[in-house]
Amino acid sequence: MNDPIVTRPVKLSCRQVWKVYGPRPGYYFDTRGYQIEPETLARRLVAEGHIPAVVNANFDIHAGEIFVIMGLSGSGKSTLVRCLSRLVEPSHGQVVLDGADLLAASPAELIEIRRHKMGMVFQGFGLLPHLNVLDNIAFPLKIQGRPAEARESRAREVIRLVGLEGREAAFPHELSGGQQQRVGIARSLAVEPGIWFLDEPFSALDPLIRRQMQDEFLRLQDQLQKTIVFITHDIMEACRIADRIALMCDGRIIQIGTPAEILLAPADAYVADFTEDVAMGRVIRAGDLVGDPAGARPEALPADAPEVAADALLDGLIPAVAAGQRRFRVRGSDRRPGGVLSADRILDVLRHGQQ
Amino acid sequence: MSGPGGAIRARTVPPRGAAAAHLAGARWLWLVLACAALVLLRPALPWLSAFPPDWQLPVAAWLNGLTMPVFSWLRPFGRAAALLLDYPLGGIRAGLQSIAWPSLVLIVAALALRASGWRLAAFAVASLTYVVLCGYWRQAMNTLAIVAISVPLSVAVGFALGAMAHRWRRLVRPLEAVLDLMQTLPAFAYLIPLLILFGFGPSAGLVASLLFSAPPMVRNTMLGLRLVPADILESGVMAGCTPRQTFWLVEVPSAMPRLLLGINQTCMAALSMVIIVAIIGGFDDMGWEVLSAMRRAELGRSLLSGSVIVVIAILLDRITLGLATIGRRRAPRLGRRGLARAVAAALVLAVALRILGPAADLLPDASGRNILEGLDRALLAFVGATDAQFNLLRGAITYGVMLPLRIGIEGAATPAVWGVTLTPAGLALYAGAVGMIALLLWRHSRAGAAAALLAGLLLYTGLPGFPWIGFVLIVAMLAHAGAGPRLALVAAAVVAGILVSGLWLPFMQSVYLCAIAVAGCLAIGGGLGVWAAQSDRVSQVLRPVCDALQTMPQFVFLIPALMLFRVGEFTALIAIMLYAIVPPIRYVEQGLRGVPADKIEAARQMGTTPAQLLWQVRVPLAWPAILLGMNQTIMAALSMLVIAALVGTRDLGQQVYVALGKADPGLGLLAGLAIAAVAMVSDRILRGFADRRRGGATA
Ligand SMILES: Nc1ncnc2c1ncn2[C@@H]1O[C@H](COP(=O)(O)OP(=O)(O)O)[C@@H](O)[C@H]1O
Ligand SMILES: [Mg+2]
Repeated sequence: MNDPIVTRPVKLSCRQVWKVYGPRPGYYFDTRGYQIEPETLARRLVAEGHIPAVVNANFDIHAGEIFVIMGLSGSGKSTLVRCLSRLVEPSHGQVVLDGADLLAASPAELIEIRRHKMGMVFQGFGLLPHLNVLDNIAFPLKIQGRPAEARESRAREVIRLVGLEGREAAFPHELSGGQQQRVGIARSLAVEPGIWFLDEPFSALDPLIRRQMQDEFLRLQDQLQKTIVFITHDIMEACRIADRIALMCDGRIIQIGTPAEILLAPADAYVADFTEDVAMGRVIRAGDLVGDPAGARPEALPADAPEVAADALLDGLIPAVAAGQRRFRVRGSDRRPGGVLSADRILDVLRHGQQ
Repeated sequence: MSGPGGAIRARTVPPRGAAAAHLAGARWLWLVLACAALVLLRPALPWLSAFPPDWQLPVAAWLNGLTMPVFSWLRPFGRAAALLLDYPLGGIRAGLQSIAWPSLVLIVAALALRASGWRLAAFAVASLTYVVLCGYWRQAMNTLAIVAISVPLSVAVGFALGAMAHRWRRLVRPLEAVLDLMQTLPAFAYLIPLLILFGFGPSAGLVASLLFSAPPMVRNTMLGLRLVPADILESGVMAGCTPRQTFWLVEVPSAMPRLLLGINQTCMAALSMVIIVAIIGGFDDMGWEVLSAMRRAELGRSLLSGSVIVVIAILLDRITLGLATIGRRRAPRLGRRGLARAVAAALVLAVALRILGPAADLLPDASGRNILEGLDRALLAFVGATDAQFNLLRGAITYGVMLPLRIGIEGAATPAVWGVTLTPAGLALYAGAVGMIALLLWRHSRAGAAAALLAGLLLYTGLPGFPWIGFVLIVAMLAHAGAGPRLALVAAAVVAGILVSGLWLPFMQSVYLCAIAVAGCLAIGGGLGVWAAQSDRVSQVLRPVCDALQTMPQFVFLIPALMLFRVGEFTALIAIMLYAIVPPIRYVEQGLRGVPADKIEAARQMGTTPAQLLWQVRVPLAWPAILLGMNQTIMAALSMLVIAALVGTRDLGQQVYVALGKADPGLGLLAGLAIAAVAMVSDRILRGFADRRRGGATA
């Protein structure tokens, strides 16, 4: 598939990363790397009283991409994202950020990297209870020793960005959950990080607020174009915001792909189960389905065939299909290719979902 | 896998199959048989009831031999430290004395206003004026001076230790063991070594207070730092904090409410200790005042000075607690700036008063004494008028409950004590009654039946006359049932150690005193707790009473007991019970109220009567909480032993006190360690039962 995202430069790369909890995880990994097959090793670890929280994770995250890690609770998402920022020390593997090995960084270098290159948002918000909104947001800048005026003006900038004007003097316990997470988001953006980690940022919020926060998150990303690692256990949330999804189960990444790929071609029965209830029409877009089985080229289309954007949701095409349209001319975007789309294909997907 | 919680629970809950229960029941019956056999064998083998003296070892002397050289080596350092401590102490005392009392009242009232509100401020003004009117201002300031200097020291030391244990997790276990010991070891036991080290005077008291009041700070620091949410910690690290920044800018501020709570507890412990320590220090402060009044049997004076201590304690508690929770409430009545202004105004006032009348301290001189004399007369009249009733009560409980437990029915049923002799028929009747009770209990639980039989045996011989081997067996079996074989070994070793070091009789006296006190507290306090759980009004009335009882320094409980019942074991019992009655009230009420509403609804739905609901649903579900309350009661009773010894007992507490008089650190330490060991073992046993019950209830 011709996906423009994966042609962008790699920002963060994760190679054979393992995290094992237990009495002596170091015993299983020597400097030459493991020789046995990952699955065998994982099973042996469990049998010998260890918890392999992350098993052999491999992926590249590209600049400007929203990379979603999804899985049930306890599947190792938080552990994996913490391996990427070294909040958790991986037991084995390589994490390369901007071409440099993160695991080789000294403690002092790591502090510098965190101060300038990384931002993180937490499920429980992680706000400091004794600081008000302004000071919480300015906290990372204060840690860096920036002068007070610079701190404050930057903090006010991000406060405006997340729409919290007027609440600068409030303390965390005086804010609603949604507002607290806005503070968390603003704080993580204050240092203009190159890579942005969000660990289930909206899971503690009510469904309505969650939806609203997702919209605002997408709006922010349109503006900022960050490289994002976003954790969630909610498949709808993942499908709404992801460029690509990595699906985790028991510490293993079982499939990586765009939402459409995961929905249309699940790697196994587990993934299929997971995605069963997702409404296809609200996730899959015209560009995901181009390439007509009949092999018609755009030039061969009748002149009156309607033109749709590659990023248009299938749900939006239903009225036209119902009105009798058989073919659509799809205009490519920077995320999805253009081409020809047949109504049969749309109906097929909406009817059967997975193939 | 359900996470670490599940794993731990799985480990501590032993199999509870029917077969296991049956086996456990049988084990208890064997214990009863063994004890009965031992009791019957006593006439033939006298060493069974009295531990032979030539099996004893001079442990106290050894301890002295071991510690004395160390003490004498350390003494110069101690004396130097005492000298150093004397300067700030003297300074603070002089400072507090030189500030005219209206200024100080103003400062305290402003603090109270900021801490809580107008009501506390009014209480502060009223209570401090009361102190002035009673004529105890000078003594109160001297007490406050020691508190003022020992609290910052305790807080600093406690915070440092707690933070170290948080940083180096390996320190946690040894530190906790030391804390347990420091909090269960009666302060008197280490007063003697402190006197040797630091010499006679306030410095020794200061150090004792430091040792006693730092542990709560250590515990709260460890707990507070441990409970900082992972999210907050990680957000600090991700902001790029260095380890030092993480600690000071993230962890400490997040743990601040807990730390402030620790400071509050440290203050209260320091105050309590300062008053106890006055017994040896004997300089012009509140503790000395109470003690000398009690010694001279001046009822009015002891009551008045005791009330002054209580008032100060409550004030200190409410103000520190209020300041601790200030961040979590709405804006305080008095801002920081307002407080600063009030303090400045008070100081200006103080200086002005000094300049206007350099010699005047504005204290009323005669009024306090006049009140005292009137009060004394009134109290004497009251005591004289009610003497007969209280004597009756004392006689009834002494002869009906205390004596049988002390010398047993076999000892009490003599013409000299009860006026009757124990005939074989009477003995048979007694045995039959005990047997009946055991049979009735048998249907519910075998352990209960065994307990009834054992109690019957114990009551027959009296605690000190009970064969010591039997006692060791009982303790070991209890420990085994509560917390496993390791604790059984430790418990047996503790009892054996007490036997060998020749403290058996005082130890049994302690057990007997504590047993009666705890039983009484559980019956009365438990009843009150049940009542409070049923009725909101009772609960509202009891709560401030419990609060007040818990803030009072232990010492104060002696005063009313002494007033009504004079010197003696019964008076000690009353004092112990007054101090130890709060935990059963609190825990029983909390436990019963904490039973989930859905469980109660389900039971109601099944048609339970209120009594069935209480005994078959709420009490069993609240059992872990009730056990913990029992645990607290025992700890309180044990910690009160040494203080109660002041009014005349024959137990371990008295040994500590005797050792203090003879300046015999070995004996004092030994008796103190015995009390501490008993406290720790019984704590582990009861916690074990409570944990298992909780695990069993959910498994
Ligand atoms: N500090 C730890 N010690 C032991 N096991 C851990 C620790 N942290 C996480 N785990 C285990 O690793 C697994 C993955 O946890 P986590 O990454 O938090 O999952 P998720 O974020 O997907 O809910 C779980 O089984 C969890 O119990
Ligand atoms: Mg998680």
